[in-house]
Amino acid sequence: MAETAIEAKGLIKKYGDLVAVAGIDLEVHGGEIFGFLGPNGAGKSTTISMLCTLLTPTAGIARVAGIDVMHDPAAVRQRIGLVFQDPSLDDQLTARENLEFHAFIYSVPAPDRRRRIGEMLEMMQLTDRASSQVKTFSGGMKRRLEIARGMLHQPQILFLDEPTLGLDPQTRKSIWTHLNELRSKKGVTIFMTTHYMDEAEYCNRIAIIDQGQIAALGTPDELKAMVGGDVVTITSDQPEQAASEIKQMLGVTPSRDDGTLRMEVADGKAFVPRLVRELSAPVDTVTLRRPSLDDVFLKLTGRAIRDEEVSAKDRNRAMASRWMGRRR
Amino acid sequence: MSVETASKPIVSVPAAPVDTRSASLRAVYIIWYRDILRYWRDRWRLVASLAQPLLFLLVFGSGLSSSLGSAFGRGTGISYIQFMYPGIIGMSILFSAIFGAMSIVWDREFGFLKEVLVAPIDRWAVAIGKALGGTTQAMIQGLILLVLAPFVGVKLNLLTVMELVPLAAVLAFGLASFGVALASMMKALQGFQVVMNFLMMPMFFLSGALFPLTNLPGWMTWLTRADPASYGIDPIRRVVLANSGLPHVDSLGLTINGQVLPIPLEAAIMLGFGAILLGVAVVMFQRRD
Repeated sequence: MAETAIEAKGLIKKYGDLVAVAGIDLEVHGGEIFGFLGPNGAGKSTTISMLCTLLTPTAGIARVAGIDVMHDPAAVRQRIGLVFQDPSLDDQLTARENLEFHAFIYSVPAPDRRRRIGEMLEMMQLTDRASSQVKTFSGGMKRRLEIARGMLHQPQILFLDEPTLGLDPQTRKSIWTHLNELRSKKGVTIFMTTHYMDEAEYCNRIAIIDQGQIAALGTPDELKAMVGGDVVTITSDQPEQAASEIKQMLGVTPSRDDGTLRMEVADGKAFVPRLVRELSAPVDTVTLRRPSLDDVFLKLTGRAIRDEEVSAKDRNRAMASRWMGRRR
Repeated sequence: MSVETASKPIVSVPAAPVDTRSASLRAVYIIWYRDILRYWRDRWRLVASLAQPLLFLLVFGSGLSSSLGSAFGRGTGISYIQFMYPGIIGMSILFSAIFGAMSIVWDREFGFLKEVLVAPIDRWAVAIGKALGGTTQAMIQGLILLVLAPFVGVKLNLLTVMELVPLAAVLAFGLASFGVALASMMKALQGFQVVMNFLMMPMFFLSGALFPLTNLPGWMTWLTRADPASYGIDPIRRVVLANSGLPHVDSLGLTINGQVLPIPLEAAIMLGFGAILLGVAVVMFQRRD
């Protein structure tokens, strides 16, 4: 297997005047879990669709498993597994029938079909439900079946678009356990998108994407180091006064969200006692924590990733990509 | 490892080439098989789809028979209900073929089509697999109705059935291809009502399933001859009734300029219609983004 599983250079996708992906460069190593992180409408799904040959890039180059996506899409598709954001199982069929269908259209050799289907059902803990119609499955079981299906033709790279969207936290965790197991047992490279920051922690490396561009790329620790130390938040009845005092006396400029002030400091443990001592404004709570990827995102973009207020442009972009996705 | 520049020529990895042609043939089979599997699994649809032809025969047929009386048939010895019976077989094939093939729209709506379209197969396999799936379902659906023959005074024999199978297949294929072509142009379920009311119902009414296509007003003669289903239903009627000892059926059949068409020609017209529309569907499916 090639050392580089995926490489993209200057990847651009435009829908008319709308720029969904504005030039992406990245390199994914063989055998790693690579997370593509960003808010809705940032261009995650469009990028993954281009890498999977489902969308033709407007410009740029992408090579997946060593093959150019524009040059030989069928060869790329044979070497990748796909788990889509929206469900794509036939729920009138049983789990096994869904897998058989996939084995056929991906040319899994006849002698291997039964064995591989059995093995993947086992790994995804679906063996006892193999003969049940998919319509009786829970959301988590359907996702596991889709992952099993995506792995059936032994792809080098497994692409997952928001694989844990809409699942409860416990199910999300179990999906991650299964993905880790897949990687260690099968050596498959995993490329996934998510907008859950906490999930990105499971990845070896992460690219943070915002407005169609990569804002940062690195391991979770490297990215968190960008924040610079610790994050201290305080709540106060008089945030204005507290903010100006902090600025004057402690030399830190906090960012304010209603009654909450948030600041990044090098050494949180030493900072908090000083803060409490110096401040005359009333402080209700103080929290000190290690930076999370949310903080990284906030620092990079000036917005929290959970901001549901997407701009009209973002909404259009998301709609455009959905529509294009449905067309095919 | 550095990312190469865009100007550098693309080097493909010397891996085993993907044989998309044989993969596509396998895909035709499995797409067809899935449709048949779903068809058998959905017993209620099977039962429900028999209800409509029964209703037509029993209520519509009996009702019209008693008011037409012996006025129908112009001395051919064919009663209205006998005349109508093969037409109802045709109707059943018409609706199940188009509905069966149009299940692509449902597959699109519920996401399954994506699984098929991203596979390393050629798109024509999807159109052909679906057309064959619709054809098979419609044939079964039409041939099941043969069990009603004794109740409407139609005698069946082996020859009838043997002649009927290819004719039913040709009609089913033509309309299933039509369904796939329609589905390839439809992006959402909303269009379905339009197709139903503006294409399927007129096609059914003008096909000669319910009344003889002779002595019609000029404009209607023209429309019925333009309806491809006419060329599929007429030979079915001629085979069923002629083998049942009602040889004068031709005088109630489809004519062009007063001439009765030979059955092979009618079958060829139907087959040609199916082939052209399947071609349209293949082209529509192959258009990417």
